[in-house]
Amino acid sequence: MTESDNIRVPVSQQPHSVIKSKKENGIGGLVSIQINEKAVMVPLGTTILEACRKNQIHIPTLCHHEDLCLAGLCRICVVDVEGMKTLQAACSFPITSPLKIHTSTPMVRKARRHIIDLILSEHCGECYSCIRNGNCELQALAKEYGVDGYRFGHVEQPRYSVDRSSVSVIRDLNKCILCRRCIRTCIDLQEVGVLEAIDRGDKTHIGTFLDKPLADVICINCGQCTNRCPTAALSTNDPSDEIWEAIDNPNKHVVIQTAPSPRAAIGEEFGVAPGKSFTGELNSALKRIGFDKVFDTNFTADLTIIEEGTELLNRLKKVLVNCDTSVKLPQFTSCSPGWIKFIEHFYPEYLDYLSTAKSPQQMFGAVIKTFYAKETGINPDDIVTVALMPCSAKKFECNRPEMNSSGYKDVDFGLTTREMATMIKEAGIYLPEMPKTGFDDPFGEASGAGLIFGATGGVMEAALRTVYELVTGREVPFKNLNIEPCRGFDGIKQASVKLENCVNEYSFLEGIDLKFLVAHGTANAKKVMQMLKRGELNDVHFVEIMACPGGCLGGGGQPIPTSAEIRRKRAQAIYEEEASLPIRKSHENPYVKYIYQKFLTEGPCGKLSHKLLHTHYTKRGRFIS
Amino acid sequence: MLTLEKNSLSEEIEELVSLYGENRGSLLEILGAIEKKYGYISEFAQQEVARLLNIHPVEVYSFISFFSFLHSKPQGRNMVRMCKTIACNMKGADNISAVIEKELGIKFGETTKNRRVTLEYTNCLGMCDCAPAMLVNGKIYTNLDVEKAIKIINELK
Ligand code: SF4
Ligand code: SF4
Ligand code: SF4
Ligand code: FES
Ligand code: FES
Repeated sequence: MTESDNIRVPVSQQPHSVIKSKKENGIGGLVSIQINEKAVMVPLGTTILEACRKNQIHIPTLCHHEDLCLAGLCRICVVDVEGMKTLQAACSFPITSPLKIHTSTPMVRKARRHIIDLILSEHCGECYSCIRNGNCELQALAKEYGVDGYRFGHVEQPRYSVDRSSVSVIRDLNKCILCRRCIRTCIDLQEVGVLEAIDRGDKTHIGTFLDKPLADVICINCGQCTNRCPTAALSTNDPSDEIWEAIDNPNKHVVIQTAPSPRAAIGEEFGVAPGKSFTGELNSALKRIGFDKVFDTNFTADLTIIEEGTELLNRLKKVLVNCDTSVKLPQFTSCSPGWIKFIEHFYPEYLDYLSTAKSPQQMFGAVIKTFYAKETGINPDDIVTVALMPCSAKKFECNRPEMNSSGYKDVDFGLTTREMATMIKEAGIYLPEMPKTGFDDPFGEASGAGLIFGATGGVMEAALRTVYELVTGREVPFKNLNIEPCRGFDGIKQASVKLENCVNEYSFLEGIDLKFLVAHGTANAKKVMQMLKRGELNDVHFVEIMACPGGCLGGGGQPIPTSAEIRRKRAQAIYEEEASLPIRKSHENPYVKYIYQKFLTEGPCGKLSHKLLHTHYTKRGRFIS
Repeated sequence: MLTLEKNSLSEEIEELVSLYGENRGSLLEILGAIEKKYGYISEFAQQEVARLLNIHPVEVYSFISFFSFLHSKPQGRNMVRMCKTIACNMKGADNISAVIEKELGIKFGETTKNRRVTLEYTNCLGMCDCAPAMLVNGKIYTNLDVEKAIKIINELK
């Protein structure tokens, strides 16, 4: 049995797939059903839930999540199907024959209310002291069904202690409703396998291996489970109290860098529909909150591209010219800390394939506490660096012991989009109404190449724009610099560009098809690693991997909810913002040029770069002790 | 654990896996065999089973936690399982349980300090017609009363 044959999900849980007719209008293509007396036609195999949603009929759900396989656990979505003895779960009922469905009979309403009351009888938490207050699916349901008391009682005393062992993810099982979305996220979507249902009956709880603290098992901190948990049972570790403290301390110089993905999504926290970036507004808001400087992470994203691109060219040279067999190709990107931890645990023997370049977040920290401190004459000890990121794994990354190449903790705090939104609200600011302002100098100018890091394929696209131009002296041969094969949400994308008429220095690359591969979500990363093991990537040169589905814009710290549609809109916002920027290639960023002239004088991958901008990895392995 | 022990345990598990099949469906047989030999399934054994079946360790643990007859912690040399279901209950099982607890100085779900006995409850053993019943090391005892139960317990090595 190969790894890929090993599908965890039992057949009963896999999305129901009925063999669909090729022609929608052919025999077996469409089924005519009635929902609440209204006749509609739906494709064979559509679930009742999908059919209702298409016809603007609202069905409540709890355990269902469109990114995950079907579960049919909570039964909140029950409907009445004529001819069936019992109520049926709409989310997991595929329509294969003409049905008459009723979604709001007295029996249905009563059943749903019963279920809510039963869940509440085991739910320990008070909404006003809860991080999900106002964005909780259980709370919303209770409101929708007019719950005004605890019919079956209520848990007053917490039964579980809160697991705060992880720097990224906090687990409070008292608020867990056992919908098992986290299990399906961690095992099926991400294939990391941290969480499962432990024990049975009234003792059932979501646990880790031997119920160890989260920090002691193999969690990659991606936070995807926190994004899909309907309640506050899973949340991210919020450093905002410490950040407020630093802001309120006049002796501290508090600097924040903002990544593109939070900017493209934070509006959602303020009720704006997905698909609009709030970069300028955010700059003003952060200034008003009291950050001393607001910088653009894209600046170091550009720096990452230069370092990582140079590293790739160096590797190619070593392999092709010096025939050095110790140098590994393809080179894998290293800016996603979830992916880094994933490979350290599951494929420790392949760490040499990773680029040694740090992520933009960590490069920024190192540059601020050295170059910036020197230029401005501020004592690095008094500088507090905050990183606004879409990602909960960034919290783990900045706490890695090796991330202090400036002599200080390079990045003090990783803050997620959700946490930032709360800070902004706390400061009395309504983000969408803020005036637009620019970033602060000197790290305010960034290219569009850095910006598209936020979407899956972005790093690859940015790197290609630079690498291709370095090698051939010409722009990449794609319309408007948009390297379309890198874009879109296919799990694994593969393409190549031919390098022709190379400049002298890179003549060894003449005629080579530069092959690249892009994958997002660690389940796809696993597939890529299996391809690598089987020797199928021998002719590939560069691989981009992001731990989160959709890339950073689908990060674990992004606004809740998430869905394929929302992620698509966020990507659109990012690509639109980038198309409007004057500079769209990392190597043309004037400040990048400046920093290589003034500070990193040995150039990309030089000695100082290696000290400040590159890192090493740890062979962790998968044994849990 | 010594490396040597680890290796021999790994080999044993490898054999079990090839005997029962390298898939999730063989979990019960494999874990059952380990439990039978060692009285429990250690952390290491769980991870080895997971590795060989290509699933996650937490799935093995979840599976073990579901079954009363599988354990992830060492148990006593003797396993006493008292029926707690209604027929036995009506014939005074509660009283017998209380006396056993007192005799051993432990509660149900616990193991004596010297690891002689582990006490557990079980659901109906299918012996309702000669209730109360208990299961000691897989052997069934019926028509219990306090004296009989204490005698059985005290004879355990
Ligand atoms: S998890 Fe939801 S229902 Fe529970 S206390 Fe928090 S907001 Fe309220
Ligand atoms: S953070 Fe990621 S790896 Fe960790 S439990 Fe959640 S989904 Fe799994
Ligand atoms: S932790 Fe959250 S996602 Fe997981 S089962 Fe509980 S409520 Fe559902
Ligand atoms: S949403 Fe359908 S059973 Fe939970
Ligand atoms: S109730 Fe005890 S054996 Fe049936």
